[in-house]
Amino acid sequence: MLNIKPTAVAQAPKKRLSWNNPEVRAIVYQVLAVALVVGAGWYLVHNTLHNLSVRNINTGFDFLTREAGFAIGEGMISFTPADTYQRAITVGVLNTLRVALLGILFATILGTIIGIARLSKNWLVRTVCSVYVEVMRNIPLLLQLFFWYVILIETMPGPRRAYHPMPGVFVSNRGIQMPTVHGDGLTWLLVGLALAVVLCLVLRRWARRRQEQTGQVFALGRVAIALLLLTPTLAWWLSGAQLSLDVPELKGFNFAGGMTLTPEFAALLFGLVIYTSAFIAEVVRSGIQSVHRGQWEAAGALGIKNSLVLRLVVLPQALRVIIPPMTSQYLNITKNSSLAVAIGYPDLVSVINTTLNQTGQAIEGILMIMAAYLTVSLSISVFMNWYNKRIALVER
Amino acid sequence: MNAAPNVNPSSVPSVWSSVAALHWLRTQLFSSPLNTLLTLLTLWLLLATVPAMVDWFFLNSTVTATSAQECRKVTGACWAVIVEKHRLILFGVYPYEEQWRPLLATLLLLGVIVLSGVRRFWNFSLLLFWVIALSAAAILMWGGVFGLTYVENSRWGGLPLTLMLSTFGIAFAFPLGIVLALGRRSNMPAIKTICIVYIELIRGVPLISLLFMSAVMLPLFLPEGLTIDKLLRAQVAIILFAAAYMAETIRGGLQAIPKGQFEGADSLGLTYWQQMRLIVLPQALKIVIPPLVGLFIALFKDTSLVVIIGIFDLTQAAKAALVDQAWRGFSIEIYVFISAIYFVFCYSMSKYSQSLEKRLATEHQR
Repeated sequence: MLNIKPTAVAQAPKKRLSWNNPEVRAIVYQVLAVALVVGAGWYLVHNTLHNLSVRNINTGFDFLTREAGFAIGEGMISFTPADTYQRAITVGVLNTLRVALLGILFATILGTIIGIARLSKNWLVRTVCSVYVEVMRNIPLLLQLFFWYVILIETMPGPRRAYHPMPGVFVSNRGIQMPTVHGDGLTWLLVGLALAVVLCLVLRRWARRRQEQTGQVFALGRVAIALLLLTPTLAWWLSGAQLSLDVPELKGFNFAGGMTLTPEFAALLFGLVIYTSAFIAEVVRSGIQSVHRGQWEAAGALGIKNSLVLRLVVLPQALRVIIPPMTSQYLNITKNSSLAVAIGYPDLVSVINTTLNQTGQAIEGILMIMAAYLTVSLSISVFMNWYNKRIALVER
Repeated sequence: MNAAPNVNPSSVPSVWSSVAALHWLRTQLFSSPLNTLLTLLTLWLLLATVPAMVDWFFLNSTVTATSAQECRKVTGACWAVIVEKHRLILFGVYPYEEQWRPLLATLLLLGVIVLSGVRRFWNFSLLLFWVIALSAAAILMWGGVFGLTYVENSRWGGLPLTLMLSTFGIAFAFPLGIVLALGRRSNMPAIKTICIVYIELIRGVPLISLLFMSAVMLPLFLPEGLTIDKLLRAQVAIILFAAAYMAETIRGGLQAIPKGQFEGADSLGLTYWQQMRLIVLPQALKIVIPPLVGLFIALFKDTSLVVIIGIFDLTQAAKAALVDQAWRGFSIEIYVFISAIYFVFCYSMSKYSQSLEKRLATEHQR
């Protein structure tokens, strides 16, 4: 056995306090940078406090508990002008979340369909989808919102001569009226649905484990569809089959019953969905295209059928490419929903804008807007990062 | 038997298979039952919308009507409103006789943008062109020298304003973005933290909140007596916003540079800034040119948001044109008109970016 010992232990170089030492330079630069940022921050805060005291503006969030005194057009919780600013802002937050979540849902569906259609072998379908994508993503969203809003408000007829595209749906300059479902049965229907989803998840785990152990494949898809259809129906039937359809009707000069999508909400949702779906289509298309042709061919050579190739081979690889840009599109929808202020949909920005015009609490208002969006943005990106990590390629 | 594949010669007359168009139809549109169904569905959709749109746009529209009353008689679009209002939409409330100045400024800005697209000019002289064009545009718009009357910037508006907001936005956000990207990749924890916090903070909030901030909060930040006008404040907000996005794009390019390049530069004894300027940035920026053009398009569209704080850009000018009582009710025509303007700009930029991507990609092929 050879036992080689270093003849001399390399001596650590002596630290010298010199400009030529990169560590010393780094510390000096950082101290300077921090000093600059802190100094600028202090200067701005100092100026602000001085200006506020000159203008007699009180700081603080006391105004939140005061009476708001303005009305809000629509919301998911009741609101009257006698309620506090705090409640007004809650209404705004809920409105923002509502339009953002619905926007994400519909834009994903529409965008995925169009993205896949752009890869179709059918020339007509491909071309129509390309034109859609090019037109929609090259016109500013704000302009599209104005456009849809004007179409709903100015060119649609009044309630008495409303368009009636399908039973129970009316389109007029008061918005879009749709039938709703209500009654005790609805709760049970939802309970049944939740139960079915849980059952499906449990079944999937079991099926996967069984396949790993015995190699037997379980027809999960069919069973899942049956479960998802039957369980809610059963729950509804057991609960006494109470479910009624609330169809909007023309009463006098306006509609009664059903659900109303106000022109503001409808225009904002249309605009967001149509604009963002064009971007999502591009994300989906490039994701699918990023999967090498060899993957399709190799899977085909193994004799796997086409639908399974897509599900087991192509999609898992495409998703890795799709998820990060899709996340930023979801974040964009959420942030872009703030354009609501331009067409008068009472979202968070619009409500806070009214609030700060009334109270003069500009700084608090804008800080609240920023905090709210930061919270939403950060939580969406945390969730999507978690999902991204889950599906990421595991390498050595 | 020399029939084309997939064609049964007994069922298809030979004349048919020789007609290229029919062959194309069969393979492209009716190759399978699903495809046929899709084709028919799309055709139905097109038939339901396109003729009506052609009617509205062209056949039933009027360009020559002299009043709104005449316009209301036709069922199609009233392009006469554009003829009537185009000066207001394009140049806002800039003094009417002086509107050749914003026109010239617009052309100058467009010229320098087009010039930046030509690869022959991708060198130091481009910077010079930009400085000249931007200052000339500013002189033309403001006036006050060379015998031009002074026009305060509250009267600027329309297309030149939109172009200025975006070109100045790009011109200033670009260097700031580079500094932020380098800072985020720095080894110094304090500088890295400052850059990360800035970038994530800005990217996490909508542009509107920054514009509101510039409109109502910025005046409070400044020492008493010092005021900056609204347009400049909005411009600052746009620059700060765009810089954060550019920093992230440029960082992507920096990450793509292999470690060997940094080490090679180190072994040559270059300082940090020499390394970045001579070796890293030229390569990194080249990689991110296509996504940067994408950012420019987004920024160009985003300048329309200044409407919300009441700055007279193209979109706001369009809204101003709608207000005129004599010409009420033709909003769609006006929106279509400015949509077309935005579309022409954005579409040509995106086509340019695609061609650039192709050209840059071929350079790496051996």
